[in-house]
Amino acid sequence: MIVTFTINGEERSATVAGWESLLTVLRDNLGLAGSKNACEQGECGSCSVIVDGANLCSCLVMVGDCEGTTITTVEGIAHGSALHPIQQAILDEGGVQCGFCTPGFVITAAHLFAADPNPDEETMREAFSGNICRCTGYGALLRAFDRLAEDGT
Amino acid sequence: MHFLAAGDLSTALDARAEHPEAELLAGGTDLMVEVNLSYHRPAGVIAVRSCEELLEWEGRRIGAAVTWARLEDGPHRALGQLARTIGSPQIRAAGTLGGNVATASPAGDGLPWIAAVDAEIEVASRSRGTRIIPWTEFFVGVKETTLAPDEIITAILLPEQMPVSQEFAKVGVRNVMVIAMVNCVVARGDDGFRVALGSVAPVPIRAYRAEEMINAETSISDAALTEFARIVSDEVRPITDHRSTEAYRRHASGVLARRLVERCLAA
Repeated sequence: MIVTFTINGEERSATVAGWESLLTVLRDNLGLAGSKNACEQGECGSCSVIVDGANLCSCLVMVGDCEGTTITTVEGIAHGSALHPIQQAILDEGGVQCGFCTPGFVITAAHLFAADPNPDEETMREAFSGNICRCTGYGALLRAFDRLAEDGT
Repeated sequence: MHFLAAGDLSTALDARAEHPEAELLAGGTDLMVEVNLSYHRPAGVIAVRSCEELLEWEGRRIGAAVTWARLEDGPHRALGQLARTIGSPQIRAAGTLGGNVATASPAGDGLPWIAAVDAEIEVASRSRGTRIIPWTEFFVGVKETTLAPDEIITAILLPEQMPVSQEFAKVGVRNVMVIAMVNCVVARGDDGFRVALGSVAPVPIRAYRAEEMINAETSISDAALTEFARIVSDEVRPITDHRSTEAYRRHASGVLARRLVERCLAA
C-alpha cells in the first residue's frame, strides 16, 4: 500500500506493508535515520516522534494507520543549521554521551515544552519517564531541561 | 485485504465480518511488540483507533479506543491511578482500555478495575449485533476471551451504582515502565468492599471469601485486617514465572488489598 503523510512540514509518500512500523519506514524508506531503533517494544523511547500532536514510540505505530497524519521527527526540530534551544541546552550541559537516546529526549522535550513552557520538576521527570538513557544518569539532561524551563523557552 | 484503517464502526464491522482472520489494531502497544520481536506477520489488519464511536466516553459508557492518557484525567479515581502506572507517557498516548481487555493479559492493569466495579464488555458484530458480556464471562484464560472472531469490543459499560471510594495499587520492580507482579483494586460501595486482583491467576479475579469476611465486620479492627490479608493471600492463585514467584505474589496480594481497604476507609 502507499501511505502519504506530512513529515516535518513536507508531504511524503512511501510504498509499505501496512503492518510495518512507522520507525522502519522512517529509517529505511524515507532516509530519516534520526529516530533510533533500540528496544522495539516501546520501553526505551529512542524512537519517539510526534504524530498528530501525540508523542509516540514510532516502533509501536503501524505505518498503515498513519495515512494523512502530521509527523514531527527529530530531523524537524532544528531550524536549518541553527540548533533548536532544546538541542543547544543538551549540548551545553553535556547531556549526550553515546547519543542513542538523544533524538527521543529532544522529541519528548519539544512535546513537553510546547504544552507547558515552564514545567515543574515532577512534571518533567514524569514526562521523561518513557525515555531511557544508560550513559548520563539523567543529571545532565535534567539540568538542560531545567534551564529551558527557567528560560521559559 | 492487508490493512484497513476504519474511520467508523460500520466499516470496521463489515471488514471484521469479511476477514475474521485479520487482527484488530487499536493502540498497537501489544500487537506491534509481537510484530517487532517475533516477526509475526498479520494476515490482515483492521485499525480501529479512529472509529468515532469507539472514542466516545459518556457517563457509564467508556469507548473501547479511549486511551490511557484520557483515562488518567477521568472521574474514576482508581482507573485514573492505574492508567498513570501503565508504561510511559508514550505508551499511554497510544494504548487503550479496549485493547487491554482484548489482549486479556493476566497482568492487564485495567482488568482488576473492571472486576471491582463489575463492569460489562460491550461487543458488536454483523452476525450477532450487540452483545453485553459480564466481565466474569468474558475472560476465560491467559489471553483468552469469549470475543468471537467477527466481533469488535465497542465499549466498557459501568454499572449504575458506582462505588463511593475506589483505590488501585500495583507492585513491580520500579515505578514506571513496569508490568505488574500483582495489581489490585479495592472498591467500597453500599454493599461493602469489593476486592479484585490481577497477575495472580489466568484471569482477573475477585477475592470473594475475603470480601465476605471483611464485610461481616461491624467495625474493622487491626486483627480483622490481618485476617482479611491472610484470606486474600490464600485465595489468589498465582504462579512462579519470570516476573515473580508464587510466594511473593501471595504475600503482596494480601499486603496490597489490606492497604487499599485502609485507604478506602480513610477516604
